Amino acid sequence: MTHPLTLITFIPLIGMVLILICPKGQEKFIRWIAVLFTLPQLLIAGWLYANFNTSTTSVQFAEHYAWIPAYHIFYFLGVDGISISMVLLTAIICFISVFASFTIERGERGYYALLLLLDTGMMGVFVALDFFLFYVFWEVMLLPMYFLIGVWGGPRREYAAIKFFLYTLLGSVLILLAMLGLYYYGATPTFDMVELAANASHYSMTFQRVAWIALFIGFAIKIPAFPFHTWLPDAHVEAPTAISVILAGVLLKMGTYGILRINFSILPAASHEFAFWLLGVVGTINIVYGALCAMAQTDYKKLIAYSSVSHMGYVMLGMAALTEAGINGAVLQMFNHGTITAMLFLLVGVIYDRAHHREIAGFGGLASQMPMYAALTGFAFFAAMGLPGLSAFISEVLVLIGAWRRYPMMTILGAGTAILTAGYMLWTFQRIYLGPLNEKYKGLADLTPREFFMLVPLAIIVLILGVYPHAILGLLGASLNHVNQAVLMAHAPAAAILP
Amino acid sequence: MTAQFPALALILLFPAIGVVFNIFVGPRAGRNAVNVAGTGVIFAAFAVGLWAFARLLAMPAGAALEVTLWPWIIADQFHTAIALRFDALSAVMTLVVSGVGAVIHLYSIGYMAHDEDYARYFAYMNLFALSMLVLVLADNLLLMFVGWEGVGLCSYLLIAFWYGNAQFAYNGRKAFVVNRVGDAGFILGILTMLSALAAHGVWTLNFAGLQAHAAMLAPVATMAGLLLLLGATGKSAQIPLYVWLPDAMVGPTPVSALIHAATMVTAGVYMIARLHFLYALTPDAMHVVAVIGGVTAFFAATVALVQSDIKRVLAYSTISQLGYMFMGVGAGAFAAGIFHLMTHAFFKGLLFLCAGSIIHALKGEQDMNRMGALWRRMPITYATMLAATLAICAVPGFSGYFSKDLILERTFEAGDEGLWLLGVITAGLTALYMFRLLFLTFHGTSRVAPDKHVHESPPVMTVPLIILGLLSVAGGWVELPPGWLWGGAFSRFLMPVLCRSRSQAAHGAAGGALGVVAMLATLTGFLLAYILYIQSPALPGRIAARASALYHLLVRKYYVDELYNLIFGRFLFWGSTNVLSRGVDSGLIDGIVDGAGLGVEAAGEVTRRSATGNVQVYAFVYLAGAVGIAAYYVYLVMVR
Repeated sequence: MTHPLTLITFIPLIGMVLILICPKGQEKFIRWIAVLFTLPQLLIAGWLYANFNTSTTSVQFAEHYAWIPAYHIFYFLGVDGISISMVLLTAIICFISVFASFTIERGERGYYALLLLLDTGMMGVFVALDFFLFYVFWEVMLLPMYFLIGVWGGPRREYAAIKFFLYTLLGSVLILLAMLGLYYYGATPTFDMVELAANASHYSMTFQRVAWIALFIGFAIKIPAFPFHTWLPDAHVEAPTAISVILAGVLLKMGTYGILRINFSILPAASHEFAFWLLGVVGTINIVYGALCAMAQTDYKKLIAYSSVSHMGYVMLGMAALTEAGINGAVLQMFNHGTITAMLFLLVGVIYDRAHHREIAGFGGLASQMPMYAALTGFAFFAAMGLPGLSAFISEVLVLIGAWRRYPMMTILGAGTAILTAGYMLWTFQRIYLGPLNEKYKGLADLTPREFFMLVPLAIIVLILGVYPHAILGLLGASLNHVNQAVLMAHAPAAAILP
Repeated sequence: MTAQFPALALILLFPAIGVVFNIFVGPRAGRNAVNVAGTGVIFAAFAVGLWAFARLLAMPAGAALEVTLWPWIIADQFHTAIALRFDALSAVMTLVVSGVGAVIHLYSIGYMAHDEDYARYFAYMNLFALSMLVLVLADNLLLMFVGWEGVGLCSYLLIAFWYGNAQFAYNGRKAFVVNRVGDAGFILGILTMLSALAAHGVWTLNFAGLQAHAAMLAPVATMAGLLLLLGATGKSAQIPLYVWLPDAMVGPTPVSALIHAATMVTAGVYMIARLHFLYALTPDAMHVVAVIGGVTAFFAATVALVQSDIKRVLAYSTISQLGYMFMGVGAGAFAAGIFHLMTHAFFKGLLFLCAGSIIHALKGEQDMNRMGALWRRMPITYATMLAATLAICAVPGFSGYFSKDLILERTFEAGDEGLWLLGVITAGLTALYMFRLLFLTFHGTSRVAPDKHVHESPPVMTVPLIILGLLSVAGGWVELPPGWLWGGAFSRFLMPVLCRSRSQAAHGAAGGALGVVAMLATLTGFLLAYILYIQSPALPGRIAARASALYHLLVRKYYVDELYNLIFGRFLFWGSTNVLSRGVDSGLIDGIVDGAGLGVEAAGEVTRRSATGNVQVYAFVYLAGAVGIAAYYVYLVMVR
């Protein structure tokens, strides 16, 4: 296959065009167009997985064309161990979220068009290796997200969308400034991230610090890291199910991916310096604070949103560790959180579609009415709790192994939070699914085939990665260890050149 | 010496097949198919276990069978595999788990005969057997932890089996969360050991590797030992994490027998014995193990004295007996601890099954105040329960005698006279609460509600009782006093695997005299029970009235549940709701964000008038913005 990365990125865009020109009165085909143009993405992702060379640290499937050559801007796509797992995740989540969108009933044309545009933007972020191109995709992704929440969302959708927009706008501006700084103060003016990484020692320490902080805030908003996380619960509560799935499954990973791809690779010395406070301490706050806040929620979806805050904290802690185990665990956790949390939001959607509310206290005893639904929810909950044998355990334990020697206190807090997680997860499970059946919900139907089809593949992935995590870990090792070594070696401040 | 033995995987494969069958096929295949498959797979696993055991016996002492299934977690230097190891210690555990497990599965057929959810029940039971066998066969600590939390999961699922009852669901959750506290300790213990080894460039977690590099563990041995002990106190229901076990009794009674008496709760003892080389490095941690065991044994026995629910008495009795095992391993007598683990699996499993037989006959009645004089109507249950009671009270010749005696003797020899005395007093209390239970249920006058037609259980339930009854009597004979027939065969079998660090020589000269003291304590307990519950049954009520403060302290289990709930439940919930969620999140952070938003809004009051709420207008504005940004890029490019 030639140009697999261009294909995987832009095929959804063709679908978007087709949807927009789809004749009036034929709206029922729109959703199937969306299916038809996300399926090849999944197939190409599978092809990439099968053909990925796990032993090299260099960029693979690269496509390098001049775009605006006068200003050293290239159309440069490629994947390595940092991004391959995210490409896989994006393809899986996008395909499933198209099916999750079948419940959307108004403005289908606009909805699916924006969904596919969002898909292209997200995929582009993970495959772009030219910073300028990366930034373009980053912005492309924000626009549809804003509308998908703001138009197809719940009652407070406008507040949530504007909050999301303001936060991310702040982040985008900071990333833009850092990008221009890297360009102007670089050894040679370039946006090529591979080249920028190769000349990492060129930047002065002061510049590195300033650029690092700007980029970090930009990405931290996406993760979301404390205290930039408050847009997330609102966005999730208002967003339609499919959008929540994408938001938690893919979008949040862009924050940590950006830190690895840009902060770690291009600014290793500053990464080394800030790892303790801005990744370790903040990550630990995320873990503990997210879990405690989740415990306090009364809205099912908000609770899951806060659990995301907690689980993304492990990614940060793993990166902060600056050890092979830690960084591998971090990226594996990104993948695992993507699949598990996608399941969780789909499951919330199942009950919201039937009962039209999400008040935890308003349910009870659903397990007797919807046994298959309750069983899959239980599976997803235990996966989220890090039950050994399921995928999240592997990534969390790698993070803890990685972090232990450098940050014993944070590791203790990280390991101890597993108790809180079990506490709020099981408490929620009990209030919704166990106990006597709430008479109001006597007639609820169990999972439909469509819902079943969305959930089971994710469950299978979670199970397989619990017993054979090497399926993903094997892809990551070479590149991640390379990045990690670069950061570890870079602790001596570079010679001051500019400014 | 080790040999490859791929058939070990079958021990796990059979229960795994059972799980899959019972989940996906069971509900449609019908009750008989589930009964046969769910029980058959455990018997099959037991048969493979016997096969492996025979292979092991044919090999020289200290040998092990192994199989590596597939690589598991690989991150740079850190490698772990899904690999199994079958040495003398795993052999004992595998046979106990699958053997007692098979018998209890068989019993379940009868016990669950009227329950519609039989397929789910056997799926959970098979999953438990699978997890427990992973726990005992794992060749490394991390895989052991998979089994360790897996059994916790099954415990949760089975305690809350009748989930329609909110209280049952709560009790299941409590068990899992309390165990999670211990599990955090377990994980941190693993990390401590791994990092001590990694400092020397050794990245291993398998038991053979850990033992080979034990010297590197010396600096962290006490810390790792105590962290792992926290894990053990969770799973094995010792102070301070024992609170979940009494509440776990709301699950089906065969579950209580298998999980909460015979197997899962002994995992902590097994783990400490498995890591004997670590504990051998740290007398301090060993002493803590022994003290926790001794104090728990005594404490739980006092609570057992006054409970009126038959399963609760047995639950506290289990906690108390597990305390003996901790005393044993804490004194360095690992083989003695494992020996008591085995005999306890027989007689305590049997006690629960007998209780189940009674509860089944009385249609769910668990209050001993509504029993009495059952022995005529349930002769097999009575006879087997008597055997089990004599075994737990360590009457000479019965299985518990050999194991409990050995633990007390080793504790004395290790120089812990205080703990020995506590153990002896506890032995007296054991006889008191056990005979109280026996007298209240089977003797005296009948207090059974008149509408209940008490009958002996069907053979599918009584055959397991008889099998375990025989084992409760004879199970201890594998370890006879030295010089008698085959002598201490059990210790000799385990010794090459367990510990060479402390002399496990012949029973000391003091052995006989110590044994007599313990026997006197038991006799006293029996006589007290006879006086209180046969001769003058009105007396206990009067004593309770006279010492009502003490009585209520015991009945309310020293108010530990209430204390934990206040500190860990209410306080945390109040704090996270009011301080974090409402205060910091909604108040502080969102206050700032919304404030900033309002500022922008106020500044943009003019443009606001054009905000009609119309999506197309927004889209247009956004497009204009996007064009603006693009123009800005073009401008940048031009300027350069």
